[in-house]
Amino acid sequence: MKIAVTSQGTQLDSLVDPRFGRAPYILIVDTDTFDFEVLDNKENVNAFKGAGIQAAAMVNDKGASVLLTGYCGPKAFQVLNAAKINVADNVEGTVRDAVASFNEGKLTFADKANAEAHW
Amino acid sequence: MIISVASGKGGTGKTTVATNLAVSIESDIQLLDCDVEEPNAHLFLNPVMEQKKTVYAPVPEIDETKCNFCKKCAQICRFKAIAIIKETVLTFPELCHSCGGCMAICPEKAITETGRELGVVEIGRRNHIGFVHGRLRVGEAMSPPLIREVRSHTRSDQPAIIDAPPGTSCPVIAAMRRTDFVLMVTEPTPFGLHDLKLAVEAVKLLGIPRGLVINRSDIGDDGVRAYAEKENLPVLMEIPFDRGIAEAYSKGKLVVEEMPEWNEPFRTLYLKIQEIVG
Repeated sequence: MKIAVTSQGTQLDSLVDPRFGRAPYILIVDTDTFDFEVLDNKENVNAFKGAGIQAAAMVNDKGASVLLTGYCGPKAFQVLNAAKINVADNVEGTVRDAVASFNEGKLTFADKANAEAHW
Repeated sequence: MIISVASGKGGTGKTTVATNLAVSIESDIQLLDCDVEEPNAHLFLNPVMEQKKTVYAPVPEIDETKCNFCKKCAQICRFKAIAIIKETVLTFPELCHSCGGCMAICPEKAITETGRELGVVEIGRRNHIGFVHGRLRVGEAMSPPLIREVRSHTRSDQPAIIDAPPGTSCPVIAAMRRTDFVLMVTEPTPFGLHDLKLAVEAVKLLGIPRGLVINRSDIGDDGVRAYAEKENLPVLMEIPFDRGIAEAYSKGKLVVEEMPEWNEPFRTLYLKIQEIVG
């Protein structure tokens, strides 16, 4: 299964970025093999508006079924919900640890956004 | 002639200058309050409102039975107001800037326009002053289309004064562009100077002649005057920090009515602007 993790860097040992839409990278990690693909989120980092919407669409396009991140706003959550992507928020530590925690069933999925909309 | 009254900083006296200027001139004139997020000129002018109309911004409505989910609309949208997820189209009307790009590019003609309410425009009159203002709907973030709607009521056969919003962003540009003169109102404080500089840079880009009113001119420091001199920004009027003026304002009254000796300085201000505009 492929899951998306917001990341401050391009490695499994990089720290999870607490922001979803404006995280510098999003790693798409295979939960069995820990193989991963790095998505450069540069375009959304500097987006004028709608970074979360765009990042959510990108995660959907990559076929991830779960997102691990820190904070997720209402518009991004709406898109992820439409894409049937489960969101585990308030995730901290390295990307590797986050995926391991997910594999061990330690993370719970959010049923709503945990950040306010902003302009 | 259209005069816009602007300032970088809020609370410097734009509305005081705009309303008193309009009342001091005794010939027909329009006053358009374009500070649609918090219009207040009507509190001083008390115009009799004659007309009210609701203004809408066109936003996309997508017929999913016609849509082939090609994503062209989502790709062209600079404001990310459309997202395509599998076979679902999500629209975010509050992000839409009504450019019509999605409708134009859709190969299936699946997009039509529907309206998002921006606010209302109210039109009224007080003696020789034709009054127009806009009120942005509470919760709406995009004011320029409503400002343009207020300005569409500008008459070509008489002068107009526009009370602009504070700042230097899109709403201010919408209120100032294509006016003949920008009357900038500031206070001689470091805050006033800081924001005045930003506003002057914006007006320069628009290439509009400009002049300065220094309000509460006997407080603060000499920074604003030194800057005005360096920029060749003519100081057209100074208004002192005066208890009588503050009291009139606090009661929603006009300075030129409570203190008639102020009619002359405002008329002189108008003549100076006329001279510059030519």
